[in-house]
Amino acid sequence: MQKMPQWADVLLIPLVSLILAAFFSAVVILAIGENPWEALKIMVEGALGSTYGWGYTLYYATNFIFTGLAVAVANHAKMFNIGGEGQAVMGGLGVALVCLYIPFPHWTLALLAAAATAAVFGAAWAAIPALLQAKRGSHIVITTIMFNFIAASLLNYFLIGPLKADGMEPATARFPEAARLPTFQDMFSSPDNPLFRGAPANVAFFVAILACIAVWLLIWRSRLGYEIRSFGWSEPAARYAGISPVRIIMLTMLISGGLAGMMAINNVMGEAERLVLNSAEGAGFIGIAVALMGRSHPLGVFLAAVLFGFLYQGGAELSLWTGIPRDMVVVIQALVILFTGALDNMVRMPLERVFSTLRRAPKPDSKSTTARTAE
Amino acid sequence: MDLATILQVLDTTVRLATPLLFACLAGLFSERAGIVDIGLEGKMLAAAFLSAAIAAVTGSVWIGLSAGIVGALSMSAIHGLASITFRGNQLISGVAINFLAQGLTVVIAQSWFNQGGRTPALAGGARFHSITLPGAEALREVPVLGPIYYELISGHSILVYVALLCVPLSWWVLQRTRFGLRLRAVGENPAAVDTAGVSVERLRYAAVMICGVLTGFAGAYLATGLQAGFVRDMTAGRGYIALAALIFAKWRPWAALWATLLFGFLQALSLRPDVLEGVLRIDVSSQLLDALPYILTVVILAGFVGRAIPPRAGGEPYVKER
Repeated sequence: MQKMPQWADVLLIPLVSLILAAFFSAVVILAIGENPWEALKIMVEGALGSTYGWGYTLYYATNFIFTGLAVAVANHAKMFNIGGEGQAVMGGLGVALVCLYIPFPHWTLALLAAAATAAVFGAAWAAIPALLQAKRGSHIVITTIMFNFIAASLLNYFLIGPLKADGMEPATARFPEAARLPTFQDMFSSPDNPLFRGAPANVAFFVAILACIAVWLLIWRSRLGYEIRSFGWSEPAARYAGISPVRIIMLTMLISGGLAGMMAINNVMGEAERLVLNSAEGAGFIGIAVALMGRSHPLGVFLAAVLFGFLYQGGAELSLWTGIPRDMVVVIQALVILFTGALDNMVRMPLERVFSTLRRAPKPDSKSTTARTAE
Repeated sequence: MDLATILQVLDTTVRLATPLLFACLAGLFSERAGIVDIGLEGKMLAAAFLSAAIAAVTGSVWIGLSAGIVGALSMSAIHGLASITFRGNQLISGVAINFLAQGLTVVIAQSWFNQGGRTPALAGGARFHSITLPGAEALREVPVLGPIYYELISGHSILVYVALLCVPLSWWVLQRTRFGLRLRAVGENPAAVDTAGVSVERLRYAAVMICGVLTGFAGAYLATGLQAGFVRDMTAGRGYIALAALIFAKWRPWAALWATLLFGFLQALSLRPDVLEGVLRIDVSSQLLDALPYILTVVILAGFVGRAIPPRAGGEPYVKER
């Protein structure tokens, strides 16, 4: 029997964890002599108070949806893909190659080709750790961490060497005009009503939403998703049911890596329009927090990604208007991972106790007289 | 390629291997007790910041070192709370600790010193300086051996020698004491230790705290020995390289020394690309050298060069039978 109702598991626990994380963040802000309430107001105003703020919030959220989904898919097979960062970097490399060397007639074709290449590059980067896990039992967490660093070195190499454009900066040349993705400003603004002016949110946001739906269909409405979930629930049982562990590990990680790689259509193609050093900017790691908060469900991932988009944009505004550095966002992110992930039981165990006593106690005013003889 | 250049590269190797060695031994104690720790990076960073900050304020590197150890210990306490008391996911806890240290160090540094997330540059008594071993000056003129003793063995900061001493000490504690036997047992089969009437929780907390002290040394050496002050993200992935070295060493203290020296050597080489080009007569990109520790670790993990088998109960919270 479940120890508590499902709504508590899905809503109450993340909420309590979030409140704890917010509380400790406020303590940190107080400790450095700033006002947490003012800070929150600046963050809300800066991130949600204008279409410009929303344009940034949703731009960051798009990154986090992709990496969050990547971690979530792997989670369903009980695998911890900590390599989203490296996979996103490799996705960026794929996008850059496609955009720089193929002359596209229209951005739609460029988007399709770039998304496919980004997914293939990301998946390929996840494939080796997956293969080592499936065939050799090498722990996927360690190998994906190593692959993050190898990807960073590889990106360095390409940006200093073969792909470097003229000039001092280690970066590629700007992508051609035909590969430019329409931003929210292009899509929703009219001459007399300018919206999202200068904000980087672009059409990739809608691709991210499609990815959410696709992941939902995959995990809960497909045979493969069923196999992934059974494998994650109990490997021996899945094996006994004729599910091949090698196949599930490989496919799950390929999908996961592909999703992380696809982030590049947002940050590399949609925003920077060229490949720069450290292009993923830690979004691969934020995917971990997003997937944990979102309980590995696409809807949860979407909401958590928007929340983290808000934190990122709000954090940037904070450093602009107060003495709180932008790194405060990293602290908040750490606290969210700590409370929703590592200290989950600290929140869960007392709540479970509360629910089990509630269940045992007979309700005096309840109409139903189904006698519960628990004592 | 002359002796002086070789000695220079080897000297840098020892310096760069020291923080790796501390961190690697730290991870060794933790993982041997069954607590996987990918938060080495964060603990080192916390220690680096606090040691530099307190040393800058007090002017004493020893007080700084103590503060650094306290910083790393408090991160260890979080890890212990999450992974031992609340039986949470040790990997996720490690990730959280890395981010916590990454963010907090800069936020606090900015608030205390207002120098863009760094501490003031350390000088004088606020730093660990190199010490000259007895007889180094006198023997300097002896051919070959003299320079080796003077350049390579003598002339490091005290923490380098502490790190080297930690290797036999760790071996002795783990292999020759009752505590070490129990610690290793708790990483392999905690239920057996529990049955024998020894507290699994207490042993694991002890291991996690030893890990904290050693990462404290690692971080303090980075900020007050190797460099003069804290800068943001100054660990630069060393915690992960230490983790790689730990796997490379197959969770054994003496092997950890050789593994960290190897990885330190690779780091030293990537600082001196001219040396490698001179020897190999080909252009080796420094990016390849940067990536080599990670690539080697993946090869080891793949089981192509012997098999690395981690402690059996690693990463699994122990649930006492009810």
